[in-house]
Amino acid sequence: MPIDPNYETVIGLEVHTQLRTKSKIFCGCPNKFGAEANSQICPVCAGFPGVLPVMNREMVNMAIKTGLAINGQIKKLSVFSRKNYFYPDSPTGYQISQYDLPIVEHGELFIDLPDEPKKRIGVTRIHMEVDAGKSIHEGIVGASWVDLNRVGTPLLEIVSEPDMRSSEDAGAYLKKLRAIVRFLDVCDGNMEEGSFRCDANVSVRHYGAEKFGTRTELKNLNSIRNVMRAIDFEVDRQIDLIESGDKVVQETRLWDANKNISRSMRSKEDAHDYRYFPEPDLPPLTLEQSHIDDIKAKLPELPDAMAKRFQDEMGLSEYDAGVLTAEKEMSTYFEEANQIVSNAGKKNAKATANWVTVELLGRLNKDGLSIEDSPVSAVNLGKLVALIQTGEISGKIAKKVFAHMFDDGGDPEKIVAEKGLKQVTDSGSITAEVEKVLASHPDQVEQYRGGKTQILGFLVGKVMQATRGKANPAMVNKVLKEKLG
Amino acid sequence: MSINADTVKHVANLARLNIPEAEVGSYVDQLSQILGLMDQLNSLPTDDIEPMSHAVDILMPAREDEVVNGDNREALLACAPDSEQSHFRVPKIIE
Repeated sequence: MPIDPNYETVIGLEVHTQLRTKSKIFCGCPNKFGAEANSQICPVCAGFPGVLPVMNREMVNMAIKTGLAINGQIKKLSVFSRKNYFYPDSPTGYQISQYDLPIVEHGELFIDLPDEPKKRIGVTRIHMEVDAGKSIHEGIVGASWVDLNRVGTPLLEIVSEPDMRSSEDAGAYLKKLRAIVRFLDVCDGNMEEGSFRCDANVSVRHYGAEKFGTRTELKNLNSIRNVMRAIDFEVDRQIDLIESGDKVVQETRLWDANKNISRSMRSKEDAHDYRYFPEPDLPPLTLEQSHIDDIKAKLPELPDAMAKRFQDEMGLSEYDAGVLTAEKEMSTYFEEANQIVSNAGKKNAKATANWVTVELLGRLNKDGLSIEDSPVSAVNLGKLVALIQTGEISGKIAKKVFAHMFDDGGDPEKIVAEKGLKQVTDSGSITAEVEKVLASHPDQVEQYRGGKTQILGFLVGKVMQATRGKANPAMVNKVLKEKLG
Repeated sequence: MSINADTVKHVANLARLNIPEAEVGSYVDQLSQILGLMDQLNSLPTDDIEPMSHAVDILMPAREDEVVNGDNREALLACAPDSEQSHFRVPKIIE
């Protein structure tokens, strides 16, 4: 959205992804969301003196996977540091993170925007760190409560270059990154539950200016839509400030999704003095090239590669391939449905893609459902497309059957059989119907023979009506032309 | 970098240390001596030496990703100065 054509927007995103390990990063407590308060903690989580963190091997593997998936350099040596700050939800008084030597540097990903070529966004770094607990303030008189269950949840912080120039860029980046971590199965990507969190650094500058403007950091963005809205609001606010002769102040701002505004988080001047130093409880992490190669060899197919395969091997358009690989569930659904169509001996990925992206997604969107909640299973959608491909039913009847499947569920083969919707392809009965229609419409027949050939459509319609839509329209056309010829 | 009374107070505040006004001067001296030692180290040629991030030359030990801890809630809450309904209770953080 061009807010003011004289200004350029500059955006960098920091994404925290909670990793789907079984246990926490530094201890053997379960890493699971939604348990009863403080039921998943131990002396390591609670920051007791004398305890030592022990690294979860799987956390490191997931970091390597993610780094490889974004074409990043995996560092053979990385170091953990202490980030010091006091807050009750972090009982150690510091967060174990990585600072000057993170595990991944110099990555990139490519974002998809409608009607634009793919755009490269640099990823500065990915580092491993530990999540903090949760404090609860509301409804508690004279105190706050602390739940330490989340302490020790393994996090990857993925930091982009300031390469995005609009809220649309930012939205597309988050969609692509979320698709990647979900295809890798390292993170569930749930923004509302906080397992995929985003902070946005936003500044504006006059077009052509070399230096970046003063940036602000936006927090509390719990959906991609809110990230985009908050950025648009912030860009407007910064331009207004500059235009009225004021200055943008470097600060952290909290987004209020109910009011659609951001407000300044009052912070002390020394709040960012974290006094990082190397974590004495953890020696440096060294990696063997063979270990990195092993992980690389086992990487699953990622969204961009899958979209390319859909185009090259199945002949899908770039747009359809993009839609079908935007979510892991979507690609799984499509491939499962398409397999059924192929099994029926009628390979037609384009037809399957059309049914998924147009009919199914259209209806799901209308009903506010996601693909995981689809009342029509992939197998049943595949069967429906197969019925069309094998000529059992017409495309028009298929839409009726689909509506029935969506509303009441069921197997399309059974629905077609029970409702007697099977397409009539028997030339004898079609000829009989054609003859009846011709006999009862002598005027139109004369008009056709007199040169008004567009009347054919009317006659086709009458035959289709007489067969309740079950006649094969191509055959009806053919027989009609023969009889009229 | 030189240490003065303000630096000492600033660092003490970040570390949540309460330093009596009368002792600030002695910390200025002590911290200045430590920085002096650093200056001495800085005079050594270290261009060919890899930075060291840990005092012990060992590889990072790692563990398998397995859940081995059960529910310790009651025992851990009992160690805290105050708790309420399965939560640690702390002075109000925000107003």
